Amino acid sequence: MKLSDMPKQKFKLKHHINLFIVLGLFLIFLTFELTSGLRQSVRDLLVQIAYSAILAVSLNIVVGLLGELSLGHAGFMCVGAYIGGLIGNALWSSVPHIAALIAAMIGGGCAAAIAGLLIGIPTLRLKGDYLAITTLAFGEIVRNIFKNQAVFGKALGLSTSYYGKNLFIIAWIALFFTVLFAQNLQKSKHGRAIQAIRDSEISAKAMGVDVTYYKLVAFVLAAFFAGVAGALYAHNVTPVRDTFFKFDKSIEILVMVVLGGMGNLTGSLIAAFALTFVNVKLDVWLSGDLASIKKIVYAAILIIVVIWNNAPALRSIREKYSLMRWWTDMRERMPKPQKEEAEPPTTANWDKIPTKIPMDSIISTDISVREEEDPNASERKPEVK
Amino acid sequence: MSFISTIINGLSLGGIYALIALGYTMVYGIAKMLNFAHGDIIMVGAYAIVSFISLTGHPLLGIVAACVICTLLGMGVEESAYRPLRGASPLAVLITAIGVSYMLQGLAQLFYGSAPIPVNIASFGAVEIFGAQVQVSSLLTLGLCIIIMVVLTLFIKFTKVGRAMLAVSEDRAAAQLMGIDTNGIILLTFAIGSCLAAFASTFYLMQIPSASPDLGSMPGIKAFTAAVIGGIGSIPGAMIGGIMLGVIEKFSLSIDVLSPYTTSVEFLLLILILLIRPTGILGKVKREKV
Amino acid sequence: MALLEVHDLEVCYGLIRAIKGVSFEVNKGEIVSLIGANGAGKTSIMQSICNIIPKRSGAVMFDGHNITNMRAHTLVPLGIAQVPERRRIFNELTVADNLRMGAYTRSDAKEIRDTLEEVYRRFPVLKERLKQEAGTLSGGEQQMLAMSRALMSHPKLLLLDEPSMGLSPLYVNIIFDIIKQINSEGTTILLVEQNAKKALAISNRAYVLEVGNISKTGTGRELLEDPEIRRAYLGN
Repeated sequence: MKLSDMPKQKFKLKHHINLFIVLGLFLIFLTFELTSGLRQSVRDLLVQIAYSAILAVSLNIVVGLLGELSLGHAGFMCVGAYIGGLIGNALWSSVPHIAALIAAMIGGGCAAAIAGLLIGIPTLRLKGDYLAITTLAFGEIVRNIFKNQAVFGKALGLSTSYYGKNLFIIAWIALFFTVLFAQNLQKSKHGRAIQAIRDSEISAKAMGVDVTYYKLVAFVLAAFFAGVAGALYAHNVTPVRDTFFKFDKSIEILVMVVLGGMGNLTGSLIAAFALTFVNVKLDVWLSGDLASIKKIVYAAILIIVVIWNNAPALRSIREKYSLMRWWTDMRERMPKPQKEEAEPPTTANWDKIPTKIPMDSIISTDISVREEEDPNASERKPEVK
Repeated sequence: MSFISTIINGLSLGGIYALIALGYTMVYGIAKMLNFAHGDIIMVGAYAIVSFISLTGHPLLGIVAACVICTLLGMGVEESAYRPLRGASPLAVLITAIGVSYMLQGLAQLFYGSAPIPVNIASFGAVEIFGAQVQVSSLLTLGLCIIIMVVLTLFIKFTKVGRAMLAVSEDRAAAQLMGIDTNGIILLTFAIGSCLAAFASTFYLMQIPSASPDLGSMPGIKAFTAAVIGGIGSIPGAMIGGIMLGVIEKFSLSIDVLSPYTTSVEFLLLILILLIRPTGILGKVKREKV
Repeated sequence: MALLEVHDLEVCYGLIRAIKGVSFEVNKGEIVSLIGANGAGKTSIMQSICNIIPKRSGAVMFDGHNITNMRAHTLVPLGIAQVPERRRIFNELTVADNLRMGAYTRSDAKEIRDTLEEVYRRFPVLKERLKQEAGTLSGGEQQMLAMSRALMSHPKLLLLDEPSMGLSPLYVNIIFDIIKQINSEGTTILLVEQNAKKALAISNRAYVLEVGNISKTGTGRELLEDPEIRRAYLGN
């Protein structure tokens, strides 16, 4: 079958569920805003949700698709926030605010992408724990460097320009494009190459996938979006201080990706929404050292979800109670539209895969091929044995 | 600060890093996992010392209690969080370890608050060596670290259980076929590593006499760096890496231009080492098999 | 009663059933071989008997004990030793330490020394290389080390997984001679081999394994003369 003969994928709701979630929620809130006006705290929450979701979706590219652990995602956000904040400041009085913000987002994203490239080129030949610890080290280096630059305000932080109450609209549009991109990436040839690396680097290499290139692509793309999120953050909160981008922040994003099911875009999205919401609420209730309860809850979620999803001993239980299984069962019980008859098998039906093929058939096929090239093949046959 | 006192302070800080790095390297070598929570076990040890000193007023009792508590904690974490994931993907194990680390920090903050608690284990004063003032506690740290490492090396090389550790480290299934209880060996590894962490917290408190919930995370990450630099899985490697890192840190701190960038210097060193020689100074090169 | 009885053994990798209900037995003093093509599941059977990989279902009895769910390391004191596929010696330990690991579960120093002498007698070459790192041995020597390491636990039953894999024809002959010799001195042997001709020649009985099922069984001689086996596995 030629590639062009393959049936074109029809437009289906479930293929675009992520975009509909984002768009739907956005439109709902936008309607509220336009009709009766949202409270400032809600707007603020919406901005936070948007950049958290951008972070989660972008980290999902590295952790979920590529299968490498990055513990420095907050570092890329940090680059985006500082550089984006600086660009925003420079343009604030000379161009319309929206242009300044967009320039800041693009500039912050590009700066983060360059940082991703710089750190990625040398380190991406590392794997697993080593790569994870390198990304962690990178995050700390970035923080350390920004903190000590006078132009970024040293430990006091960089004071940035607050965009205003409509930031959430821009933020959600940015989220929409991030999701659109991530979704298309996942289904594209490039996305499949990246996932092949996750499943087995050696096989991917053997299939001709340029492993280093695709690792770098995934890494740089994730860094870019993290930078965009950072620029958004810089125009929502001022001053931008390095302590916000500590290792804890990277873990927070990681929790979203893990909770959403690594590699599952919809999951990352929903987890980011839910956790950011809970986070903001908890911050109000838990003041001072009680904030540690948040940490404990996060940790518990991380441990329980990972053990539940991965423990070899739980495999049978997992299969029994999996949500996915329940969902397919439900669908099977529902009446289905009549499907086209399956093509009749053109080749023999194997009850079992034969490992023992009768010698005669092997030899005879050999001869039928050879006869065209070498008429003496049959004479050689007795020698084979 | 004079050159000699910088060196000696660096060596003793390096000794602490080396002790922590030993825990990392042993667990990594034998259980094949990065025990991210190892640094936080040091933190728990520090709080154990703080609590027991304020309860009983006796520093030695605090240290003993820290050893017992850390050892039990290390074993408990292995049994409850890591063992269920044996055979699962390394990514899953690493994420769980991060979760454990996070949880320990959260619990410490919940019970003791995030404000640092001052503690005084013992003050030995200072002596003069080649004209430089050197804290006795630094010398003590260095000396004890070296003794611990020698004992550990002998234990692994010359006892049956030690050799079994090497066997498990090389091939877990084959070790099982020899009748070695691999889970037991891994548990023992965690116990030893965590007990060393308790020693590390003692020495740490001698140098920086206050305990806080995030006390362990930076030394933990740096010690892991040290383990990688020395070659992960190698006990002398952990010692070399730890001492190198300690000396570099103290020197970097003593140079004005470099001082604020000390963290960057250390982590850049990690990245450089991983690039030039991913297996570290003493690590063995292994090829991935299909 | 047989020394080793395997009933309806099933092994799964994920959703794939690699072993689909296999039963066989090994009597005291026998050499029994399992032969079959690549991927037929021979090694899976060996590993699941020793619980290195989990069983889906089935039961394994050894010497009157139900060992179905016993942890792998507890089987050695009962008298089962396995030489795993690809030998799996401890490359970074010395030859002497490898042998010591083999005797890990034994504590009587004198008995261990006796067994060691026996091993030296059988494999004189190992005695010359005691201080050498095992990874530096040649393939044939490594196979000898793997076998002697297993013998150090003084097993009643020795499981050999592909002992001839990757060896020169000369070493293959030597190894098979040694297997026969070990058996004649009282150790029961379960042998898994791709080299069906050699395996059948020394076996009392054999089972033919085909994609997770036992398709044929008989004495070594019967199977050697079976036309279908000759055609599929012996190449004539």
